[in-house]
Amino acid sequence: MLKLSLKKLDELFAAMAQSQALYIPADNGGQAQYLRWAPGMKMTAALNTVRSAKDFFFPQTEGLVNFKMTGKTIEVIDPRTEAEDFVVFGVRACDARSFSILDKVFLVDPVDTYYQNRREHGTIVTMACRQPEETCFCTSFGIDPTHPEGDAVCWMTDDALYFEAVTPKGEALKEKIASLFEESDDAAVKAQQAETKAVLDRLPLHTFTAEPLGGDVLMKVFDSPSWKSLSEACLGCGTCTFVCPTCQCYDVRDFDTGNGIQRFRCWDSCMYSDFTLMAHGNSRNSQVERFRQRFMHKLVYFPANNDGEYGCVGCGRCLAKCPISMNIVKVAKCLEGELK
Amino acid sequence: MNTETLIPKVGVVTDIRIDTPDVKTFRVVGLDGKKVFEHIPGQCAMLSVPGVGEGMFSITSSPTNTEFMEFSIKKCGCLTSWLHAMEVGQQITIRGPYGNGFPVETALKGKDLLFIAGGIGLAPLRSVINYVRDKRENYGKIQIIYGSRSKDDLVDYQEILDEWMQDEGVEVNLTIDREQEGWDGHVGFVPNYVKELNPDLSKTVLMCGPPIMIKFTLAGLKELGFQETQVYTTMELRMKCAIGKCGRCNIGNKYVCKDGPVFRFDELDELPNEY
Repeated sequence: MLKLSLKKLDELFAAMAQSQALYIPADNGGQAQYLRWAPGMKMTAALNTVRSAKDFFFPQTEGLVNFKMTGKTIEVIDPRTEAEDFVVFGVRACDARSFSILDKVFLVDPVDTYYQNRREHGTIVTMACRQPEETCFCTSFGIDPTHPEGDAVCWMTDDALYFEAVTPKGEALKEKIASLFEESDDAAVKAQQAETKAVLDRLPLHTFTAEPLGGDVLMKVFDSPSWKSLSEACLGCGTCTFVCPTCQCYDVRDFDTGNGIQRFRCWDSCMYSDFTLMAHGNSRNSQVERFRQRFMHKLVYFPANNDGEYGCVGCGRCLAKCPISMNIVKVAKCLEGELK
Repeated sequence: MNTETLIPKVGVVTDIRIDTPDVKTFRVVGLDGKKVFEHIPGQCAMLSVPGVGEGMFSITSSPTNTEFMEFSIKKCGCLTSWLHAMEVGQQITIRGPYGNGFPVETALKGKDLLFIAGGIGLAPLRSVINYVRDKRENYGKIQIIYGSRSKDDLVDYQEILDEWMQDEGVEVNLTIDREQEGWDGHVGFVPNYVKELNPDLSKTVLMCGPPIMIKFTLAGLKELGFQETQVYTTMELRMKCAIGKCGRCNIGNKYVCKDGPVFRFDELDELPNEY
């Protein structure tokens, strides 16, 4: 394991940013957000960023293809360029897991090459959590916040940063920065992990599990009368889907630049009334059905298609941000109660 | 599968046939004058007019047509209105093929087939009908029950009269909703007509039409003694990507764009009734 004094953190960032773009969670007007590192930028002390890290691979808007229209003819122009190499530093365990969930959507046949391009060029350096919050429940999905997944993993104590490369990409990064570090044992990391685990056991949601919903309960849960009462206050604002690290639904739209057509995709939300609207009607006519879709997708449909893996990582963003305080934990608990 | 699937190819509209007051059939080839891709009957393609929109349409021509693809499209929204206003020679974009298609080389092979269609619902079935007509030796008897609002709303009417009805071993039963001058055929709704005709229970059914027709026809078929395992249909929901990623055309954990659009009714039975 490698160790670095926190006093040399700026040097570390400078070394990482030398040959590629570096993004770190920083304070942006009082909110934690991933920003492209520039000399002088400090890492935020916040646990998690307001928006998830999915933007790096699945940006909120992204050009797909351009068209040039002349008379009756169309020219198709592929606007893609090779993505630049980049490092995302300080990704939490929950967001790190979200990438493997997004991979199961975008990297299965037919591969989404836009996503793949970014994924191949990105190196993920994760950061173990020290102070999980009351909205955290990643452990419910088998995630260990004291030892996140990633190309490389970091632990931060009061005075030092510990670094461990995991994948070939992580090793490649390690080579570039190794001269700043010194070799160290893992005693301090182990002690910190034990401390964090003690905090995790005291979190209000630490006993939560979605296990009862993972099996063959699709129709039973789908027809539950609770969807109506659960969704009654839902505003359909879509905040949950936008802050969610695993929500991947998108819209495809055309924009007339005056000089051609840009076809782009942008995040969409199953909570919106026009999401499934067709010329002849809407398959999800009311908010009850749209609300149900979101939770069924995460807790039942996605696991059914992916060997039981849930489409939730317990990051807690939707718990913190929903204006009516509705959330996936409440929904899952209610449905599980009915299954008993 | 083309991995650059979100980037479409250019297609040229080489012929436009006016089928009904609100249905036109467009003939499409690639810039090289050949078919843009091969498909299985029942599969679909994403057609678009850049700047207007992109939508999923069933390929109505049979794969046995080696020269071009055809799309029968009803004018009902923004994109389809634009398509209806096109002239021959116009280029559009096309990508595909998408979806599973009908099991013409497996489950349907050797079977007596009963096609039941209503209105524009004939479009996806026409691909199968012409496929099995071209490979007659592989299939048993063919019966086609097709209904529309009026005589003028029967899609492919000329082809039905000139070709399908002339084929040996192909029985065509047409019906229209209300009496009309110049029509001496059957009058009445499709579900009732199916019951009247009382088709043989050994037939495998391929059905497409408006939801209300599907609902009552399926109930009628069951009354006659048909099992859900011998009835296929093809679905349509809003789509953007056509490859199971944009997340909106799902019925339960199945995506209509990639797991469908063709489903057998016993498969649909296991899914939520959200379509």
